[in-house]
Amino acid sequence: MNISTDPWIWLAAILTICIFSFLYRDNFFYRLAEHLFVGLSAGYLIALTWHNQIYPNLFSPLFREGNLMYLIPLTFALCYFSRFIPKFSFLIRLPIAFVLGWGSGVAIPAVFQRDILKQIQGTILVGEAFSRWDTGLGAIIVMIGVLCTLIYFFFSQERKGILKPISNIGIIFIMLGFGASFGYTVMARISLLIGRFQFLLGQLLGLIK
Amino acid sequence: MHVLIALLILSFEPPGKPIAKDQPNDDGGKILITWKLSDSDSLLNAYNIYRSTENEELIKIGSVPKETGLFIDNKAKDGVKYRYQISAIKDGAIIANSEISEPAASSSQWFHTGRINILVGLLLYSVMVLWFIYQARIGKKMFIRRIPGLDALEEAVGRATEMGRPILYIPGLSTIDDIATIASLNILSKVAKKTAEYNTKLIVPNRSPVVYIVAREIVKESYADAGRPDAFNPDNVYFITENQWAYVAAVCGTMVREKPATNLFLGYFWAESLALAETGAATGAIQIAGTDSIFQLPFFITACDYTLIGEELYAASAYLSREPLLMGSLKGQDWGKMIILFILIIASILMLVGFTDIRSLFDV
Repeated sequence: MNISTDPWIWLAAILTICIFSFLYRDNFFYRLAEHLFVGLSAGYLIALTWHNQIYPNLFSPLFREGNLMYLIPLTFALCYFSRFIPKFSFLIRLPIAFVLGWGSGVAIPAVFQRDILKQIQGTILVGEAFSRWDTGLGAIIVMIGVLCTLIYFFFSQERKGILKPISNIGIIFIMLGFGASFGYTVMARISLLIGRFQFLLGQLLGLIK
Repeated sequence: MHVLIALLILSFEPPGKPIAKDQPNDDGGKILITWKLSDSDSLLNAYNIYRSTENEELIKIGSVPKETGLFIDNKAKDGVKYRYQISAIKDGAIIANSEISEPAASSSQWFHTGRINILVGLLLYSVMVLWFIYQARIGKKMFIRRIPGLDALEEAVGRATEMGRPILYIPGLSTIDDIATIASLNILSKVAKKTAEYNTKLIVPNRSPVVYIVAREIVKESYADAGRPDAFNPDNVYFITENQWAYVAAVCGTMVREKPATNLFLGYFWAESLALAETGAATGAIQIAGTDSIFQLPFFITACDYTLIGEELYAASAYLSREPLLMGSLKGQDWGKMIILFILIIASILMLVGFTDIRSLFDV
């Protein structure tokens, strides 16, 4: 055993164990680590935002290079603080409306391209897929899955008659997809836990290399 | 030896005269250069690309491996005319030069001609949605099928009221421009109205500062709409931190300390979904989740009582409010799905009978 003498390693290990103590129940040590984590992360993110966002994207071009165009985003940013002055609090709607409008304008064509056009292109049956029986079968299964799943998400029709069995097949395809995704993601989460144990057993206690 | 090298150089064919033109469908600053490969291409190592303006000497701006007849100069200044020359390279030495290209200048385009299919699709979809909104407004009845997760909302609020415990509402961890966040905030207004009517405490911790501001205004307005502006407590809608796991640690702490009767996780989530839902399940709360993140849905389905899958989250605001605008929009979306369904079937049939060009309609 080669126990670490680095105080920072010890501090990190103690805080890790404090967070793990939540598995037993809520307690003083968990609350201590939680509050420390929230406070430190908030402070750290303020510094990070200044250095990575505000200074290079606003402060430097406006005050060092004298580009007055940047007064527009500065004004928008200052509108967020108007909520502290009740008389002018309505001004906060301007930057929020801008962000929402910009976000929708950018997102809608991108989603249409990525989630609709490309998916249609990938689902259409092509002759080459049937050059082998297994790829042909795969293409047909994908096509049936897409059609049934689309019908599952029809909201303006009652699920009766032919729609009922089709949407039931749709939910089976959805659950199969989720099952595969669940297994895949659980493995990634377990690797996070392994990472913490590697830290405790390796860097702190020196039991593993 | 020098004679041999000279003979070798003379035997190499130079690359064809380069054709320079503005790169189409971009925001400027790029010139596309193409050339016919040297007949001796297989013996070469690379091609160097040289550039000059009207009065300057040629300067090397890049290099591409052999068998490549294309280069994009992405350091051009819009409006400035450039000429290009291609040199064939073998063992680090220039052994043949092409002719110099005709001048070309870069410029930006307002319209991306490669995305006309997106424009047509969006216009068609918008017309359909607007038509159904119009239909809903003139009073046409519109049906919406049962969504169990949303039916359970009323029950969940009632349960919290009976137990005298709060409701915890997480509007996802994404930013305000995310469609799932917007859908979640629409649901928040309906939930807040119900909690105001029942006089139940509603806790809304936020990760994004902008979402926090919007959520706070929404809850405040909902309390006012319900005729209970005095019941609104601004301290119940609060910002924690933008750090993902610090936020989760704080919310998990809130769950075990405040012991909410109902947890609502509606919006966009990442890896924290299971940590939140698992802690909530351990406290015995009734949990309703909804997200369009396909990677997190399996975790919510496992750990929550009801889960809104993908588009059910978007349909929620129409379902809860039954407002003509939202109902019409939902009907329009359904027709959009119907059209996609028919396109898939017809395009597949056409492809299989030999009309293979149909697939290129979806190129972007």
